[in-house]
Amino acid sequence: MTFEPSRVPATAADTAPANTDPMPADTAPRRIVVVNGGTSVPSSSRRLADRIAQKTLDRLAARDIKATVAIIDLGPLAGEIASAIVTGHPQGDLLTAIQTLAAADGVVVTTPVYKAGMSGLLKSFVDVLDNDLLIATPIALGATAGTSRHALVIDDQLRPLFAFMRALPVPTSVFAAPEDWGDASLGSRIDRTAAELAALVASSVRSAITDQSWDSYQHTWGGNARPGSSPLEIDFNTDLMRLATGGSSRAGREIGTA
Amino acid sequence: MQFGIFSVSDVTRNPVTGTTPSEAERIDALTRIAVKAEEVGLDVFAIGEHHNPPFFSSSPAAFLAHVAALTKRIILSTSVTLITTNDPVRIAEEYAMVQHLAKGRLDLTLGRGNTVPVYPWFGQDIRKGLPLALENYNLLHRLWREDVVDWEGSYRSALQGFTSTPRPLDDVPPFVWHGSIRTPEIAEQAAYYGNGFFANNILAPTGHFLPLVNLYRRRFAHYGHGTEEQAIVGLGGQAFIARRSQDAFRTFRPYFDEAPVYDHSISLETYAERTPLSVGSPQQVIDKTLEFQEMFGDYQRQLWVMDHAGMPLKMVLEQLDLLGEEVVPVLRKEMASRRSPQAAPAPTHEQRVRQKYGDGQPRQPRPNANRGDNVTGTSPYQDSDPATPAVYPVIR
Repeated sequence: MTFEPSRVPATAADTAPANTDPMPADTAPRRIVVVNGGTSVPSSSRRLADRIAQKTLDRLAARDIKATVAIIDLGPLAGEIASAIVTGHPQGDLLTAIQTLAAADGVVVTTPVYKAGMSGLLKSFVDVLDNDLLIATPIALGATAGTSRHALVIDDQLRPLFAFMRALPVPTSVFAAPEDWGDASLGSRIDRTAAELAALVASSVRSAITDQSWDSYQHTWGGNARPGSSPLEIDFNTDLMRLATGGSSRAGREIGTA
Repeated sequence: MQFGIFSVSDVTRNPVTGTTPSEAERIDALTRIAVKAEEVGLDVFAIGEHHNPPFFSSSPAAFLAHVAALTKRIILSTSVTLITTNDPVRIAEEYAMVQHLAKGRLDLTLGRGNTVPVYPWFGQDIRKGLPLALENYNLLHRLWREDVVDWEGSYRSALQGFTSTPRPLDDVPPFVWHGSIRTPEIAEQAAYYGNGFFANNILAPTGHFLPLVNLYRRRFAHYGHGTEEQAIVGLGGQAFIARRSQDAFRTFRPYFDEAPVYDHSISLETYAERTPLSVGSPQQVIDKTLEFQEMFGDYQRQLWVMDHAGMPLKMVLEQLDLLGEEVVPVLRKEMASRRSPQAAPAPTHEQRVRQKYGDGQPRQPRPNANRGDNVTGTSPYQDSDPATPAVYPVIR
């Protein structure tokens, strides 16, 4: 099976492939990627994600900014995610999905609430991502649940998780309990979230940050965050590299935890 | 091109019979396997180093010295020697000794080891693993090349006027491979010194090691040791061979299913498809190994793990028959026919002696009379190379 991102119907453009050379900021189509932790068919988490994604496209279109959407449904990737947790090596469709996510200009993440928490599948998916995969990536957060008593799951669990990933969660998150689906205020919250996400995506904030300071973050050599560019990114001007080439052992003395 | 086997020395329950060999039985079995490797025409036998059960090989130098006495031709190596927790002075001494006993049939593969508790057992800290490895090799390199070494570093006591004995055979140090699965600094060190780079090429997706090998090749050329294609690359692998593919899968499956090294989250078939593990007929193993050459470029050494996971000795010996008779001869021919004429030859002691001395006689160091210490006089050897002056420290 190949990973075929499904698309929100209103967007005609193709999903752009993982790309390390961003096009000029104001003309390149923005890549929105949905990560859906819901596994039912139909999935209300997916429905929430689709609505946020569609509103984001509308907002971008209103600014004359082209955008595409790729969908990563985690259900069909469950086996690969479990394998990657054990082997440490994402493979197959999961690897394709991660490469798609790595190239995102904006992300929409939604999860169902299970046992008072985010879906374990979503957490496992994030667990196998490189730490630097989502640095400075704008991200809208959503959750669905069987009761409104779980309303804090997003702020309590998803925000800290994506803070660790150094992503940029937008100010408004969207929680939907059963009663919300019949309430017009859900629509306005979705619209507000989408407006925030679209504003951040339109501003190219991710590349504005990473173009300045990518080298100052820790990276996994050969990782997925910037595929294909890793060999060129090696910094030979480090204490360890000097030690590797017969240099002074003083370097070793000053190196803390590796 | 050299072909051989490497063992991790695991003592594992046989999942088919349910019995676990004793350490004594497994040590005897691996000795027979090493001798058999030479009998079936393989070029290399290597054994790992571990300091925790269920592995027995805490002293690969002792084991290899014994195998050296039982064999005539096969090259002995390690897979790997821990360059982090071993004192580089002891590595220099012990493996120079084995090199003499083996008449030059010894080289060394260095690695960091990945077991957290091992480090404190030897007074070290895994968080310093990488600088330890790098600094220790810098010292080892000098100990095998300079008669008298003054040295100061961060991880062991300083040396003043130290001579590592015996000097390497013919004053040609054992060839060194640096092993790594993810660390660019190790590839850089291998490239800087013009040493070999070994990718174990197991337990990870095929191609996982390619960026590191390519980095090593690029830096090997950068440091002027030759072109990228002349860099010296070794690859691991695992194989299980039967005349018919379906028999290979059927026979190997219980070992795969229970061996602790596989993660058991995916099937044998998927594992064999995605990783360098070769399971199948001789032709299938040949085809898969030829893909390594296609992917990594011409390389100098191919080793397989053939004796792990509780396989009985008889089965391993049969595997070696198939490997030596049906797989390796074809690979030798096929790989040679695809090989670039510029590719470097596989390193051997004879080749390295020729490289250093041409047709001349190799140096044979003879110590001066015992002066009662090791730090006075001009040199501990009668025939030290005047081009390498021994500079002695001031004794405080």
